[in-house]
Amino acid sequence: MSEQLALLPAYLTGHVQLTLVALLLGTAISVPLGIVATRVRWLEQVVLGVAGIIQTIPSLALLAIMVPLLAALQVQSIGYLPAIIGLTLYSTLPILRNTVIGIAGVDPAYTEAARGVGMTERQQLWRVELPLAMPVIVAGLRTSSVWVVGMATLSTPVGATSLGNYIFAGLQTRNYTAVMVGCVAAALLAQLLDGLVRALEQGVRLHRRAPVAAALSVLAALYLFAGVTLVRPLLAGDAARQVVVGSKGFTEQYILSEIVSGQVTAETGLGTTLIQSLGSTVAFDALRSGDLDVYVDYSGTIWATILRREATTENRSEVLGGVERELAADYGVHVVGALGFENTYALAMRSADVRALGLRRISDLIPHAARLVFGGDYEFFGRPEWVSLQERYGLAFAERRTMDPSLMYQAVAQGDVDVISAFSTDGRIAALDLTLLEDDRGAVPPYDAVLLVSDRLMREQPEVVTALQVLVGTIDADRMRAMNLSVDADGLTPRAVAEEFLAGR
Amino acid sequence: MIELDALTKRYGDQVVVDRLSLRVERGELVVLLGTSGCGKTTTLKMINRLVEPSDGRVLLDGADVGSLPQHELRRRIGYVFQKVGLFPHMTVFENISITPTLLDWSADRIRRRVDELLELVELDAAEMRDRRPDELSGGQQQRIGVARALAAEPTVMLLDEPFGALDPLTRDRLQQSFSRIRSQLGVTAVFVTHDLTEALLLGDRIVVMRDGHLVQEGTPHELMVNPVDEFVEQMIGTPKRQAQLVDDLLGRGTPA
Ligand SMILES: Nc1ncnc2c1ncn2[C@@H]1O[C@H](COP(=O)(O)OP(=O)(O)O)[C@@H](O)[C@H]1O
Ligand SMILES: [Mg+2]
Repeated sequence: MSEQLALLPAYLTGHVQLTLVALLLGTAISVPLGIVATRVRWLEQVVLGVAGIIQTIPSLALLAIMVPLLAALQVQSIGYLPAIIGLTLYSTLPILRNTVIGIAGVDPAYTEAARGVGMTERQQLWRVELPLAMPVIVAGLRTSSVWVVGMATLSTPVGATSLGNYIFAGLQTRNYTAVMVGCVAAALLAQLLDGLVRALEQGVRLHRRAPVAAALSVLAALYLFAGVTLVRPLLAGDAARQVVVGSKGFTEQYILSEIVSGQVTAETGLGTTLIQSLGSTVAFDALRSGDLDVYVDYSGTIWATILRREATTENRSEVLGGVERELAADYGVHVVGALGFENTYALAMRSADVRALGLRRISDLIPHAARLVFGGDYEFFGRPEWVSLQERYGLAFAERRTMDPSLMYQAVAQGDVDVISAFSTDGRIAALDLTLLEDDRGAVPPYDAVLLVSDRLMREQPEVVTALQVLVGTIDADRMRAMNLSVDADGLTPRAVAEEFLAGR
Repeated sequence: MIELDALTKRYGDQVVVDRLSLRVERGELVVLLGTSGCGKTTTLKMINRLVEPSDGRVLLDGADVGSLPQHELRRRIGYVFQKVGLFPHMTVFENISITPTLLDWSADRIRRRVDELLELVELDAAEMRDRRPDELSGGQQQRIGVARALAAEPTVMLLDEPFGALDPLTRDRLQQSFSRIRSQLGVTAVFVTHDLTEALLLGDRIVVMRDGHLVQEGTPHELMVNPVDEFVEQMIGTPKRQAQLVDDLLGRGTPA
């Protein structure tokens, strides 16, 4: 708990920055746009339509799509910028819609009276329509602020620090204290903002000075805090260029990023910045644009999702060589080397069954498949690996079940299912006495863990690359499984496991 | 001086006001009288251009009202609305001071003017100034409505059934104070009502309207003595009959 609370200032600061800036921008865009929409008839439909469409985009996707978009524009593609843009877009609809509804809902008797006493269009808007629509507009702002606080937790995968760091890492490493701290902090922040906005609106409407002053000063203090903490790193400049280390959002990646970070600091004395829980392709895009300096990916993933190759019979070294050549030539991304293990889709069974049936390879499984139940994670049955397993082995299982990856291992150990699509480095394979079957017909492409670095790092800080080369070939699959297990089952932090690894060499 | 010259308003095929011509002399109060829906409000709103005429002209002191920017025209004409019209988010002070504020009067002059007007409409300034419309009775709201219309010292006032929604006692009191105010200020006014008693009481001259037409025009006396047709005669007949009835009741019901 205290370990988690120690992270709170950084995560909460990030969250407050994102939320407040997005809401400010969202309001600054939506209210004027809403006003114009009530004046220009055809615009109303267009504006509400576009905002409505933005709203239907799943929020995580809306944030993730910003990364390649910004990268294409050659601006900072991970971190605050994509998160702020995504959150701002998302915040617009409730404010926009309520501005339009609020102004349109003003009793025509009042707008006519406004003209009758000699107001111009503009005076009518400022002195009559906006004040009368204010409660409705503020209701929209309150909806937005609650939405944005919640959605800001999804900024973590695009590289912006937020309370989502607790939630993403916590869920993946089964640290539910972290998840809880993140959720409670987000809920409290949402309540606070909602309360502030409400106090402000009521105070203004009822002409009460005290609540307005109180709410305004708290808001001003929050904005000042967000502004200062946002601007300070910019002013500090890049005198001491930190090495930015990324990780995707699962246990192994958290550990590897800590190992990389520790290694860099130990060998070069340079500071590092960790950006964790990044979305799968977000990390690669960020490396390519130079917003990230180093992270670990898997050869088969690059092969299929970046280079768009089909799973082939090509062996480990061929895929690795192809990835290295093509990334350097076409993407300006460099492969430092393979860490020494694969994290691949592998079929796993209870060791007792494997012995009883005399199995070693997947092809041995063919005659028994009709009596076995197969469990796979959500995406497995839609993946090329499953297709190619079918093509090469023609496995006809008695039944197929889709399950959560975190429950799969327990399910096979308890005998609920007989075969699962395991991740080959998951610690629970050893812990639950499971055995992996050898892919003797090469259906699953090799997934070698490889250290990738940006072009910028290669050119400007070659000493870092040299430091990373030390890690090449030092982690085998058993070692990785053991480290994963230490986090997942024993509750160690990824950093503690990484420190132990670095100390042991 | 207000002149309506063949003023006409059409909504689609419906002619709501039909070639209405009328002259209101300086300092005179003309009542537009007629049943509901006959075009009184529309006529009134065409004078300050809240409604644009389909045909015809309105002249104010000889100048076409179309020659001024609309908001400038309206700041020179006090308007009392048929329905509430007081802004619910503003205090009494703010409501009354709107037009002077739009005209950039000094804060000091505005404050003095508001107090003066509250006194004129017989309300206690200190007590009323900071109240909101929903904290006022109907009668108080209408007094504030009149005060707001008078705020910028207009020479012309348009009033649309200002006392229509009030109970008879309050209406009676307000009619009397208005009558006094008008004679005190000498504004030129057009006053819309469907209530003949009110018309007779307040009007220097009465214009009877029906279906957008002018039916008869004259002083209260001329109208009473010489109704131009059955419609007008009937209209005048109603209060006469009612007064008769009241007299009878009082005469018979008085204990010996
Ligand atoms: N904006 C409008 N569109 C269409 N018809 C209208 C409009 N305003 C008023 N009318 C019609 O014009 C007629 C006269 O209305 P109005 O001037 O309000 O009558 P009055 O004030 O004498 O009761 C009514 O039949 C009314 O329905
Ligand atoms: Mg009317």
